[in-house]
Amino acid sequence: MQPDTHAAQQDAFQAALWRQDPPAGLTAPAMDEVAQRFSVYRNNVQHSLTRALASRFPVIEQLVGATFFTAMARVHIAQDPPTSPVLLNWGAGFPAFLDGFAPVGHLPFMGDVARLEYARGLAYHAADAAPVAPDALAVADLETLRLGLHPSVQLFKSPHPALQIWQSHQTGAARHMLTAGPDHALIGRAPDFSIIVAPLDQGTFAVLAALAAGATLESAAKHNDPTAALTLLLRHGLITAIKTGVPT
Amino acid sequence: MLSLPRTTGLGFKPQHFADMMATDTIGFVEVHAENYMGDGGAPHAMLAALHDRHAVSIHGVGLSIGSAGGLDRAHLARLRKLIDRYQPESFSEHLAWSSHGAAWLNDLLPLPYTGETLATICAHVDQVQETLGRRMLLENPATYVTFASSTISETDFLTELVRRTGCGLLLDVNNVFVSATNHRFDPRAYLADFPLFAIGEIHLAGHETEELPSGPLLIDSHGAPVADPVWTLYAEVLARTGALPTLIEWDNDVPDFAVLLAEATRANAILHDIERQRTDAA
Repeated sequence: MQPDTHAAQQDAFQAALWRQDPPAGLTAPAMDEVAQRFSVYRNNVQHSLTRALASRFPVIEQLVGATFFTAMARVHIAQDPPTSPVLLNWGAGFPAFLDGFAPVGHLPFMGDVARLEYARGLAYHAADAAPVAPDALAVADLETLRLGLHPSVQLFKSPHPALQIWQSHQTGAARHMLTAGPDHALIGRAPDFSIIVAPLDQGTFAVLAALAAGATLESAAKHNDPTAALTLLLRHGLITAIKTGVPT
Repeated sequence: MLSLPRTTGLGFKPQHFADMMATDTIGFVEVHAENYMGDGGAPHAMLAALHDRHAVSIHGVGLSIGSAGGLDRAHLARLRKLIDRYQPESFSEHLAWSSHGAAWLNDLLPLPYTGETLATICAHVDQVQETLGRRMLLENPATYVTFASSTISETDFLTELVRRTGCGLLLDVNNVFVSATNHRFDPRAYLADFPLFAIGEIHLAGHETEELPSGPLLIDSHGAPVADPVWTLYAEVLARTGALPTLIEWDNDVPDFAVLLAEATRANAILHDIERQRTDAA
C-alpha cells in the first residue's frame, strides 16, 4: 500500500469527485454510508460551478432550460474546469464550447448569445475611467482627433440574430419578430455602472470599430456618418480621452 | 491593531446595498475576497462606500490553505492588493482545500489531521501572514467525512496552529454543530477543548438536514435561518468569552433584508445580555 501522504490523499480525493466511488481512507460512524457522505462534496463542486456558470450566462440557461443547462454544464466543467479561484473571469471558453456541442447544433446562435453575455460580464468588472466633458470634442482638431474609449467598451457582431434573441429574454422585453442577422452592438458600462447593450447599424459599427482601433475621427468617418457613434459614446460617458496630433 | 467591533455583522449581497448603507443594527459587513478581484466597476464602488459606513471583514474562499502543494502565489498577490487597498478590520480564511493541481474545485474540502498536514498548513499560514503583513483568522470546517489517517483531534490541530503561527480563529458555531451531528460527537465537548482565547470572530449560519439510516446528516447550506441549538451553543460560548464580533452568513436563497436583520437583532440581544451579565458580575 502507498504511504498515505497529504498529496496522495488529495490526488485520490480530487479524482473521486469525477468518478462513482469515494476515495479510500475515509471513515464515518457507519462505514456503509461513506459513499453517500462523500457525494455531498461531489454535489457541492458540481452545483457551485454550475451556478457560477449560470450566473454568467443567464440567457443561455433560459434558452435551454435549467435541467438541460445543468447537464450541459457538467460536460463543460469536466472538459474545461476553472483554474483560478477568481470565478468572475471564468466562462471565456463556454461560447466556443457551445459552438461545438452537438446537442445544441440546431441552435447555431447559442455561441454568440454566450459571447454577448460574457462581454457584459467583462464590462461589469472592467477598470474605472472618468469620461471627458461633453464639450471636449468641440475644441479639438478634427483631422487628427482620436478617442480613448472606456475599458469596458467592446464591439459585438454576429451573423445570427444573437443580439435580438438576447434582447427578447430581458425582463419586460416587447415581443416582436426576429429579423435575419447580422446583428451588431456596442457593450460598455455607463458612469452609473449600468451595463449598456446598444444595437448598432452596420455603418455605425464600422465607425466605432475604426475608432476603437485608434483611427482618427476623420478616417473613421470614411465608413459612415460618425454622428450616431459619437452621440452614443458621449451619452454613456464612454469617451475617456481626447488625443490630437500625429500618433507617436 | 485593526479589529472588528464586538457587535453583529452581515454578509454583503449587492441587492442589499442601500439597506446596508442605511442600517445601524449592524457593526460590520463581510465580503468574499474573490468577488472583489475584478479591475473596477460597481463591486469596488460598493465596497468602498460600505467601508466608509461600517467596519469590513474580508473573508477569503480562494486560498486553498490546506493544499498539499504550495499556495497560489498569483492569488496571494491579488489578496495582498485587495487588503492593501481597503485595509479591512479583519481577514479570514478556511481550514480546508479547494484546489490540487490545475483545477479550481470551488468547495471547501476536508483534511486529515496529521503531523504532516499540520506542518504544511502552519507554513502556509506563516506565508499568508508575512505576505499580508497582518494576523489572519482561520475558520473551523463543517465536514461530512473523516480520515482514517487522522492522528490529531480538530481542536488540538487548531490549538497547535494558533501556538505555532500566532494566527487567530474564526469559530463557526454552525460548523461545530454540523460536524458534531454528522460525526456523532458532543459539540459541548468540542467547544470545551476549543482555544476560545484565539477567537477573533464568530460565524452563525443555517443548515439543512438529510436522513441517513444511521441518523441525520447535516449540510452546511448557508441558506436557512440559524437553528435553535446553534443559538444555544453560541450563547454558551459567549458566556465564557464575553461579546465577540458575530456574523450572520446567508449565501444561498438569500432572503429579504428584513429577514437578515431579524437574525442580526437576535444575535444583538444575546450580545447585550452577555455584556450586561458581565457588567453586573464585575
